[in-house]
Amino acid sequence: MSKNQQFVRFDKVDKSYDGKVLVVKDLNLDIAEGEFVTMLGPSGSGKTTCLMMLAGFETPTNGEIYLDKNPISNIPPHKRGIGMVFQNYALFPHMTVYENLAFPLRVRKTSKEDIDKKVDKALSMVSLSGFENRMPGQLSGGQQQRVAVARALVFDPQVVLMDEPLGALDKNLRESMQYEIKHIHESIGVTVVYVTHDQGEALTMSNRIAVFNDGKVQQLSSPDKLYEEPVNSFVAEFIGENNTFSGEVSDISNGKCKVKLDSGTEIMANPIRVKSKGEKTIVSLRPERAIIDPQKGMDNNHKGKIEEVIYHGDHTRVRLDLLGNKEFILKVPNSSARMDIKVGNQINVGWNSQDSRALDPK
Amino acid sequence: MSSETQKILTTDGIPLEVSLKKAEKKNKIKAFLLVAPLLLFIIITYIFPIGEMFTRSIDDRMVTNMLPKTFKAMETWDGKELPPEEVFAAFLSDYRALAEKKEHGKLGQRLNKEKNGFNTILKKLWRKMKNFEEGNAKEQIMEIHKRFRDVKYWQAIKRTAPPYTMAKYLKGMDMYYDEDGKVVQVEEDRRIHRILWLRTLEVAFFVTIFCFLMGYPIAHLLATLPMKYSNLLMICVLLPFWTSLLVRTASWMILLQQQGIVNDFFVWIGLVGDDNRPEMMYNKTGTYVAMTQILLPFMVLPLYSVMKTISPSLMRAGKSLGGTPFVAFWKVYFPLTIPGIGAGCLLVFILAIGYYITPALVGGASGTLISNQIAYHMKATLDWSFASAMGLMLLTGVLVVYWIYNKLVGIDNIKLG
Repeated sequence: MSKNQQFVRFDKVDKSYDGKVLVVKDLNLDIAEGEFVTMLGPSGSGKTTCLMMLAGFETPTNGEIYLDKNPISNIPPHKRGIGMVFQNYALFPHMTVYENLAFPLRVRKTSKEDIDKKVDKALSMVSLSGFENRMPGQLSGGQQQRVAVARALVFDPQVVLMDEPLGALDKNLRESMQYEIKHIHESIGVTVVYVTHDQGEALTMSNRIAVFNDGKVQQLSSPDKLYEEPVNSFVAEFIGENNTFSGEVSDISNGKCKVKLDSGTEIMANPIRVKSKGEKTIVSLRPERAIIDPQKGMDNNHKGKIEEVIYHGDHTRVRLDLLGNKEFILKVPNSSARMDIKVGNQINVGWNSQDSRALDPK
Repeated sequence: MSSETQKILTTDGIPLEVSLKKAEKKNKIKAFLLVAPLLLFIIITYIFPIGEMFTRSIDDRMVTNMLPKTFKAMETWDGKELPPEEVFAAFLSDYRALAEKKEHGKLGQRLNKEKNGFNTILKKLWRKMKNFEEGNAKEQIMEIHKRFRDVKYWQAIKRTAPPYTMAKYLKGMDMYYDEDGKVVQVEEDRRIHRILWLRTLEVAFFVTIFCFLMGYPIAHLLATLPMKYSNLLMICVLLPFWTSLLVRTASWMILLQQQGIVNDFFVWIGLVGDDNRPEMMYNKTGTYVAMTQILLPFMVLPLYSVMKTISPSLMRAGKSLGGTPFVAFWKVYFPLTIPGIGAGCLLVFILAIGYYITPALVGGASGTLISNQIAYHMKATLDWSFASAMGLMLLTGVLVVYWIYNKLVGIDNIKLG
């Protein structure tokens, strides 16, 4: 059985709250059945609004949302059969863990035995068996989080939405919960739409990530592609670390281009968003793609001055003044004892033109 | 391993508990000094007056003080037949002393309450006793009126002997001590207080219900509307608070009277005929309407403060989990507002049960409450001990309500803000 590639489908969706500003602009997004898709973006980028429209708490101003090919704009939230995990868990504080989990089953008139069975299964899935009679207030943040996840899954929804569910947890717990949610997703194969502003979280968990900015999806692709091949300068900057040079295309041919920087030097770059000579561009380069003292065949090779050296345990970050960019960051693994990495030293830095991507100017 | 915990010592070898107490002593004294003015204030303005009210309500020392010798002589009297000569002699001597201080009239009034007709025979005694010969008081007194020969009148005096009496409380419940000292009810057509108590409870109950029904949606709106609208609405709720109670009641009088605005409006839209305007004031309707409006903020504010703390995502969670809006409301939202409902209802009920000005002004004859009766006895009949007794009965009623509430909901669950 082939999986439905358009299980959740946003079709030309616009959303405005006040009739003046569009928070979501012409959103087209297909989510396949069983997929884990993350909506990632800074706050105010429209990602939570999209989630709320999918859950049914907001209606699209224009366009339609389809769930398994059925338009759902006119279906109230309680009939959509979509599970949701809220930012602050939204556990019912006056009910025990059992009652919280039984709530969606009871409103569906499930029999007592089935409820017991399903609650049991859901609790063991999040490894909280034996907590049935606790009140949410007696649980730690991480446990509450797991109860919220179990509650959203207990009634076997077609889709589960998660709205920054790990935002309130501390770093260690957040990381272990990321894996836990990822494993739950893998084991039951439910479609998950996840909203976060934490790129690390998005990269760890998702099959695909939709990067939101300014009400639009900037890029929708798998985590590795998103990181390695950002399609515009917003994505490049938002995901991971990024060295940039701004300049003008001076030559373009054979899938390569020359960019004349503001400082006058020319560098070789990979033309992603530039098509012709004279266009303004921002060239983006990941710190780990630049190498000190390039051995051979790298078509970019420049001298820079070390401004700052920061020890990071497994690696050292070196800030250079390179081609007029005083914020150029290099990551140097700490395995090799490089004695010449000292503030004030001049070093050679090189990279392949393939890795320096000429994107749109801001 | 022994379960006994070892005494923990500080580094200086002092037991930890002692050390802790010493360290906190200063803070405790400071805290006490901070609350001391308020404590003093409460004692002077609250606890002391209530104690005073209580003693006044049961105080019956007037006759005891007026007839000291008589009661001394009566100690040996069994109270079944006419008392012996000594009692008569002592009574005559006490009465003469009172007559000299010109306080004999008070005794007559007081004893008349105990037994009808006492005042007359005492006045007669006062006129005749100047001509009494020495000794043989019993015969001479019995000569004056046949009622002095009736043992019931002497029993009535003996009944007033204890310095304390519950008579005022019985009166508040339309009961009294009959001549044999038994508790009996007054005739049915004179049971005015019982009606008032029931009416007070009824009005307080329904005002609470009305306030709840009207206040709940308002409080919900207040808690969920965006800031710029909720502020305006909050001002509308609080505006009556800033207006004098008397002004508000008076404006209700203008609105509700037969030639008033509401009636004019009803006539204008043809709901009632011009010659058939309903009476909406000087009866229970007026009391209900005005009290509900005046007490509404006391319901809205505690409800609002509780609803404000309920995250909107809870209702959303309820709906996204498959509950209809009603189920989500009833199973999730409503149970969480119970502390506010409890606080609001308790507040409104307790305020309503002792409400005075509004029923006095718009209540008329059928809309006045027990508090109006208390005021009447304070100001018109000057029977302060009766007013005190009823005041304390009211207080007891409130405490009972509080106790029931504590049993049902738990006072810890209350939330005022």
